[in-house]
Amino acid sequence: MISYALKRSILAILVALTVSMISFSLLYISSDPAIAMAGETASDADIEAIRELYGFDRPIVVQYWEWLKKAASGDLGKSYYFRTDVSHLIAERLPTTMTLGLCAIIFAIGLAVPLGVASAIRPNSIIDRVSLFLSVMGQALPSFWFALILIVLFSVNLRWLPVSGSDTWQHFIMPTIVLGYYAAPAIMRLTRTGMLEVLSTDYIRTARAKGLRPPVVLFKHALRNAIIPVVSLAAVQFGFMLGGSIVVETIFALHGAGFLAWESITRNDLPTVQGLILAFSLFYIILTLIADLINAWLDPRIRIG
Amino acid sequence: MADQVLNVENLSIDIPLSGDILHAVDGISISVNKGETLCIVGESGCGKSLTSLAIMDLLPQKAVRTVDKLELNGSSILNYSDRQMSDVRGSKIGMIFQEPMTSLNPSFTVENQMVETLARHRNIRGKEAKKLAVQMLEKVGITPAKQRLKQYPHQLSGGLRQRVMIAMTLLCEPELIIADEPTTALDVTIQAQILELLTRLQADFNTGLILITHDLGVVAKSADRVAVMYAGQIVEEGSVYEIFDNPSHPYTRGLLSCIPVPGKIKRGEHLGSIPGMVPSLIGEFTECRFAGRWGDTLGKEEENIAHLTPIEGVDYAFLVHGTTDHVVRFCCNSCLKKSKSKISKGVN
Amino acid sequence: MTNSPQITSTSPISGVKSRVLRHKGMMIGSTIVVLVVLIAILAPLIAPHDPYHQDLLNRLKPPVWDSRGTWEHIFGTDHLGRDYLSRLIYGSRISLLIGIGAALISGIIGTFLGVMAGYFGGRVDMVVTFLITVRLSMPVVLVALAVVAIVGGSLQVVIGVLGLLLWDRFAVVMRSSTLQIRSMDYVTAARAVGCSTTRILMTEVMPNVVNNLIVIATLEIAHAIILEAALSFLGLGVQPPLPSWGLMVSEGKDMMLFEPWLITIPGVALFALVLSVNLLGDGMRDVTAPENRN
Repeated sequence: MISYALKRSILAILVALTVSMISFSLLYISSDPAIAMAGETASDADIEAIRELYGFDRPIVVQYWEWLKKAASGDLGKSYYFRTDVSHLIAERLPTTMTLGLCAIIFAIGLAVPLGVASAIRPNSIIDRVSLFLSVMGQALPSFWFALILIVLFSVNLRWLPVSGSDTWQHFIMPTIVLGYYAAPAIMRLTRTGMLEVLSTDYIRTARAKGLRPPVVLFKHALRNAIIPVVSLAAVQFGFMLGGSIVVETIFALHGAGFLAWESITRNDLPTVQGLILAFSLFYIILTLIADLINAWLDPRIRIG
Repeated sequence: MADQVLNVENLSIDIPLSGDILHAVDGISISVNKGETLCIVGESGCGKSLTSLAIMDLLPQKAVRTVDKLELNGSSILNYSDRQMSDVRGSKIGMIFQEPMTSLNPSFTVENQMVETLARHRNIRGKEAKKLAVQMLEKVGITPAKQRLKQYPHQLSGGLRQRVMIAMTLLCEPELIIADEPTTALDVTIQAQILELLTRLQADFNTGLILITHDLGVVAKSADRVAVMYAGQIVEEGSVYEIFDNPSHPYTRGLLSCIPVPGKIKRGEHLGSIPGMVPSLIGEFTECRFAGRWGDTLGKEEENIAHLTPIEGVDYAFLVHGTTDHVVRFCCNSCLKKSKSKISKGVN
Repeated sequence: MTNSPQITSTSPISGVKSRVLRHKGMMIGSTIVVLVVLIAILAPLIAPHDPYHQDLLNRLKPPVWDSRGTWEHIFGTDHLGRDYLSRLIYGSRISLLIGIGAALISGIIGTFLGVMAGYFGGRVDMVVTFLITVRLSMPVVLVALAVVAIVGGSLQVVIGVLGLLLWDRFAVVMRSSTLQIRSMDYVTAARAVGCSTTRILMTEVMPNVVNNLIVIATLEIAHAIILEAALSFLGLGVQPPLPSWGLMVSEGKDMMLFEPWLITIPGVALFALVLSVNLLGDGMRDVTAPENRN
């Protein structure tokens, strides 16, 4: 287990470095950062001054190295727009996004796993068909449209929920649903497949032959084994939610990192965008690392070796 | 009989299969007494495993079980609900499966899986349960038992896992144990050990044992009584001595002739085999199940053609040499005729 | 009828055909997809108006089923007086173009990487797997938005960006399929006979992974369509006045309370198209390899 953890962690670090390289070069490729920073009305002299001041005239590898050193110590530069540290900006906005993401993944799991289990117990029954139907529908529904529909329905017509802002927990209900529903179908299918597979194994047959009661067979013996791949998937989906949060937060005006991303992109606020790409990627990398480690720990064959 | 642990009469198992019905098992009857070992022999696909699952009511959902009598220690478990059956399974009837490598849950320790049976059926938990588990592991020859308890299945060899399975099955001291090819997946050297273990424990606990196998060597070593299954039917049944000395059904004869005996077979001589293939059991039978498979099972044995006494009320079933201890059943008239058996009080 | 074991021989094609016809999801999906493709191709012939023609006197007219609607504009008009039905029809071209275009590019990249990794194994596999992991770690929407913001939004840019970002599933599936095929005896036989690697890849490996390839391609087409709609909705995809369905929803959202058709119509269109493409893909997976069915 230790060796696995070590190997996996080193891989994570390498991936993170590569991502940082890509995101760094991406934003320097097709625009001159000096111009972007100076603004469209700046004179050539101003642009030149900025270029020197911020070191945009040095070779890109050197710039990357400088940036990496600073990033490693938490300095992600200053936002062009807000004139504050990018890291502060992100740190400020991230908790909202994290809360939203967490609620969304819990919603997705709470919806998907029971449906998946129920479908596996009675394949081709009504509940199985309904679950599959819902999952097919869910995967085709564009999130932004779903969000608008929900707003019309619940905020305007029924007046149950507030439209925008992030003051109360009610503000989080619709965003949670919109962010979470997209992850549910995949989780449901994986749970269903996993359970179906596990339920046909020899050790489940043994459990039944021992006379154990159905709930025990189902939840103690079957689910425990079927859930292992679902943990990985849930973590991956949670990671994807950061990307999805951009749309959701923008529509519902939740002041999280996703909204910040959209704002920064439309304002050409380079350092913030870079910082966010890095932050999102790091989050995903750490998340999948944790998920893999949990996975390994859950399986005694890897844990003990 | 007071001694009778299991009585099954006229068991049939039908499985619907893309529009038609697979008659996997067709009207078999078996019985086992306390302390007795019944071996069910037959090749793959003849229905032996399904029979054991039918007794436990663990058939796959689609399969349909029809049986006239299903009695455990004299009382009928035929119409038991799932709840009642789950009380029987594991405590009154125990089952050991073929693949020890996959029959234990990889995510739980040996102790966990053993102790849960005790909690479920005998309401014994905690330290006392652990003590009993240790004792049982030692009884099946696993030492050091305490360490093994904490291990996970993947840390044990196949032979050890099978021992754990046996120990687990015996924890609640069932009256009947069904072992479905318990040694097939094990090394030959381990096979003998496991078989010996089973027979010894059976004697200790006085359980009835149904041993399902395709290996006649196992039968010869362990069986008290034998039931030969072919194409979903029991074609011959009797004490192990009777079956080996006076095989009367061509299938039984064929099986026995397949065993190569060093010294008896000359160089260049063909190994015995039963020609043809097992027939498809889907749909109704229009011809003899044994058609085309006779080979020369009877040619050599002219002097051993059995004397058969018909059994009243059962078609094509006969007592061999007049003893109730040995029954043979032909699938149809043409089989009967072809067997050239001498039938007293002739039906034919 | 004897009870001898039957070996029925049906040609593989007829088996597939009957399975296709019986698979409801696939029939529905393919019908709608074909319909949309036809609409896209025949757009100039069936659209009643020019989708870009503005008529400010007739702005925000409701669809024909509303009491104030007319047959002149069956689906009503938008805030600039443009006929919604015509925009919807032409919008299908955009969705399909982007979906197919992005899937094509990502398909080529991903298949190449995946097959290389699966066939050659070793270091090649390590590198490709690393690349896949890196790609998965990057937030697609964020990167796509950023690139489009820098380079400027247009049909080609969106196709290009999505094509360069969506290759991961292709790579993963092609890799595992190739790994499977590679260990098959007929590949070993081909190598033993001395076939060149290219030849083996073309004649032995590819035909057998094509099934999976097509299934993934359809799913990624749907994925690309949804992503483009989201990007355009946020203003960083296809630019106005192009009638992208996502853009139409975005343009209509400020008026969605009183003129709900502005968002419902393109939304339903998107939903229907993506749904049918998904059904088609799922259906193909079920039909070509029933054992892969969930």
